[in-house]
Amino acid sequence: MTPPALEVRDLHKRYGDLEVLKGVDLTARDGDVISILGSSGSGKSTLLRCINLLENPHKGQIVVAGEEMKLKPGRDGALVAADNKQINRLRANIGFVFQSFNLWPHMSILDNIIEAPRRVLGQRKADAVAAAELFLEKVGIADKRHAFPAQLSGGQQQRAAIARTLAMQPRVILFDEPTSALDPEMVQEVLNVIRALADEGRTMLLVTHEMGFARNVSSQVVFLHQGQVEEIGTPEQVFDNPVSERCKQFMSSHR
Amino acid sequence: MTWAERWATIQPWLPQLWEGTLVTLELVGLAVLIGLILAIPLGLGRASRHWYIRAVPYSYIFFFRGTPLILQLFLVYYGLSQFEVVRDSMFWPYLREPYWCALITMTLHTAAYIAEILRGAIQAVPPGEVEAARALGMSRSQALQYIILPRAIRIGLPAYGNEVILMLKASAVVYTVTLMDLMGVVRTINSRTYQFELFFLVAGLIYLTITILFTQLFKLVEHWLKVEASRKR
Repeated sequence: MTPPALEVRDLHKRYGDLEVLKGVDLTARDGDVISILGSSGSGKSTLLRCINLLENPHKGQIVVAGEEMKLKPGRDGALVAADNKQINRLRANIGFVFQSFNLWPHMSILDNIIEAPRRVLGQRKADAVAAAELFLEKVGIADKRHAFPAQLSGGQQQRAAIARTLAMQPRVILFDEPTSALDPEMVQEVLNVIRALADEGRTMLLVTHEMGFARNVSSQVVFLHQGQVEEIGTPEQVFDNPVSERCKQFMSSHR
Repeated sequence: MTWAERWATIQPWLPQLWEGTLVTLELVGLAVLIGLILAIPLGLGRASRHWYIRAVPYSYIFFFRGTPLILQLFLVYYGLSQFEVVRDSMFWPYLREPYWCALITMTLHTAAYIAEILRGAIQAVPPGEVEAARALGMSRSQALQYIILPRAIRIGLPAYGNEVILMLKASAVVYTVTLMDLMGVVRTINSRTYQFELFFLVAGLIYLTITILFTQLFKLVEHWLKVEASRKR
């Protein structure tokens, strides 16, 4: 049996005395779309950021396509990468889409997309450009390739950021509230792109407040409460027949 | 004095004024360019996470920003020659020349300021943009080379342009070590003609003109680096 695309085991994270994650387990098999829901402060974004070590967890294991991330205790007690080459390789394999896009404003959209494939994967410029144009086409902003990020709307910037992530051909993509910084009329265009990726069978973890979308697109839904997985199951189970009291409350207040 | 008489007084000195202007331009140009190169390791060191790496550039910058340029110039020009080691060294043919003393002092002085500009610019790069680079698999040094430094250069460019203009005006102190820069030439002319206000005015106009030229040059560089387009709305 092939190993799952991503496996998180017993992940712990604290800020000072505040425990944000208290032992989270999560498995994403190829093609899974897992939505992570929960009220603010439940640790959703922290969980996502720990998976590719943008935040340093204090305990736990992260396994990407069967390869365990090598971690060692850092000076402040949190785990840091033990092997820089490995973490860079694994990160290249885990796409990350930020709430605030984080495009590089001094580069054109095309340059934003080809930068990492050229520097990290060593692609030739012509190849990287050819691939980038396909991804820009896919997210629907091929005409913007020579524009600078500041000249694009928020929705277009987020779609460019998704194309930048796709260009690395990652095994898993993590979306950290990808539509939360957008004006309402732009939310849909970004959701449409994410839905298209789900339909392609891409493996994705999605932290979102778009409940209808999560229900629609996910193969699995995780409800996080106070740093623990409170409820996990198919969208029907979690949305319609939640077992836990917290999850029931959350679902009824987000209808 | 009529305008014709003023012009007649200035005209014979034009070659000397031109020579002095060239010396000033050369000193400032070289100092801010070499200073920029020196400032890159200094500024990177200042932005380091480790205190022992920060400490070295910190002391350097503390000294060169904390003392007047003219004092540093005197230390190099009059001070170094007190040491026999220096007089016996292979550098002596350079270190006894006022030109080299001025160039070395100005370079070391401006490098300290540029390093601080660079540190500020590096720290002003939004953390999210660096996270994006790391999340795509770039190593620390790749992120620095391809994302952080190109970004920081654009952020720090206006402050660097300002530093160049400050150095242009600060360079006027080098006449005190007998160097014939623009200020040195004008003082020599004054001691011959006694037309102080006329030639100081001429010198002022030349400094102003160079300032305008530098400002335009930096506008060109900003345009070339697309600084405007990369500014966030």
